[in-house]
Amino acid sequence: MSGQAKEAPPRRPPFGLSGEAWLRILAPTIIGLLVLGGWEWVVRVHDIPPYVLPGPVLIAETLVRDWTPLSASLLVTLKITALALLVAASLGLLLAVLFAQSRVVELSLFPYAVILQVTPIVAIAPLIIIWVNDITLSLLICAWIVAFFPILSNTTVGLNSTDHNLLDLFRLYRASRWQVLWRLRLPSAMPYFLSGLRISGGLALIGAIVAEFVAGTGGSASGLAYRILEAGYQLQIPRMFAALVLVSVTGIAIFLALSLVSHLLLRRWHESAMGHGERR
Amino acid sequence: MSAAPLVSLRAVAKRYATGTLAVRGVDLDIDAGDFVALLGPSGCGKSTLLRMVAGLAAPTGGSILWPGGAAAAKDIGFVFQEPTLMPWATALANVALPLELAGMGRAEAAERAAAMLARVELKGFEAAYPRALSGGMRMRVSIARALVTRPRLLMMDEPFAALDEITRFRLNNDLLRLWEAERFTVLFVTHSVFESVYLARRIVVMAARPGRIEADLPIDAAYPRGEDFRTSAAYAAHCRGVSQALGHAMAVHAG
Ligand SMILES: Nc1ncnc2c1ncn2[C@@H]1O[C@H](COP(=O)(O)OP(=O)(O)OP(=O)(O)O)[C@@H](O)[C@H]1O
Ligand SMILES: [Mg+2]
Repeated sequence: MSGQAKEAPPRRPPFGLSGEAWLRILAPTIIGLLVLGGWEWVVRVHDIPPYVLPGPVLIAETLVRDWTPLSASLLVTLKITALALLVAASLGLLLAVLFAQSRVVELSLFPYAVILQVTPIVAIAPLIIIWVNDITLSLLICAWIVAFFPILSNTTVGLNSTDHNLLDLFRLYRASRWQVLWRLRLPSAMPYFLSGLRISGGLALIGAIVAEFVAGTGGSASGLAYRILEAGYQLQIPRMFAALVLVSVTGIAIFLALSLVSHLLLRRWHESAMGHGERR
Repeated sequence: MSAAPLVSLRAVAKRYATGTLAVRGVDLDIDAGDFVALLGPSGCGKSTLLRMVAGLAAPTGGSILWPGGAAAAKDIGFVFQEPTLMPWATALANVALPLELAGMGRAEAAERAAAMLARVELKGFEAAYPRALSGGMRMRVSIARALVTRPRLLMMDEPFAALDEITRFRLNNDLLRLWEAERFTVLFVTHSVFESVYLARRIVVMAARPGRIEADLPIDAAYPRGEDFRTSAAYAAHCRGVSQALGHAMAVHAG
């Protein structure tokens, strides 16, 4: 047919090569280097003792020197975070599906999910640690409580915001409840679920750290929070900073990893996964 | 004179839960193989009527009968004003959906969907996602999906209203070509006098508040209709007649 060219698919600008993309990477990097340099300079010029404020170079040295205990603790914290996120994601998804299937279930359970969300985790953590004998398990529960809600609420919104016309279409073809859920509601909710997951990733880490602060226990399987506490007691401030750096880097890494997962899953069809230029 | 109609509306009424009386006292017979346009001002209940015939809404009064048997009530294709495609699925998967929902195997459904895409001039776009298609192409996918089950009745609710005129003319012609080849029944809602005269064999004009049928006009021009018809004196005369009926319908409402 003539004029087919008129309807050719629109082309996207090549991903990540624009000046805008470079600016996004370069500008924060330069700022970061300037701040670190200034910090180091202030510490050296004013001869600030390391137990008050260690310079970035000393922190980096400490990170390398104490890598063995720190990385062991990092692994513990990571394990708790990952496990909590996994449980939060599967349970949140499952409960959201249940909510979408039955209004009664949603109305009776959602308020409790909100209560769980608004109660500060520092306030519940001691109780959980007392009730649950196992420290690792109680940390896991705390991290889960914090990570659970964004996934549940986001996915619930996603399941309920399915396109009305598409729902009508499925009804027209007499689709079963299961077909509507599996082929329509769940895919529609996917972007919502993934953005919930991205929020929850960082929260799970915070939950795990906060709970360990409250627990304040050491032992063989202690996480990064305990390293920070311990270094504080012993006035090993550079080590404290090194552990802190690890926590931040871990949080950033989790966020980036989940963003990448989200991008890969949605890039072919969802607005949020389009190129940088089209994002706000 | 002819066989029983495909579908018969008898004193059909619809009052929404909000209290709005969307349509009242609608009597309408639609013959198998006919091309019927439903024309009327905004809010006169065209969509409501269509949704009731499709079984997506229940009438609150009167009845909708299928003289040929209840199976015909399920043998329906529907095209919405928006293409209404699943954005996460390819064009092929979107078109295959009705077949798969009906329990057809994946391979066979894909084969038929591909054949249907070719019929709406979208060969080669099977693997494209809706986001990568133009508005006109998306609407073609939507039409292919509605026709893939070979329904006896195709219902379209202002399907081309959101498209530019050039694309709309092309899709009008493509729709006519498909209809002439297969002679399914079409019930086509539109705001446009010109579009309805170009396409339909019969135009049902509705008036608002409450929605009802105001005029029922045959358009007896022969098919195939093409660009010649669009510029003919007969076309202009029909448009004038339909415009008058529509003007009358709207005057009745105002008075
Ligand atoms: N779900 C609904 N609930 C309540 N009132 C409704 C609903 N759908 C439509 N109506 C009302 O019923 C009347 C007819 O609406 P309908 O959408 O059928 O009109 P229409 O002829 O298709 O209009 P348009 O040309 O703008 O699409 C309107 O007054 C509208 O406000
Ligand atoms: Mg309408």
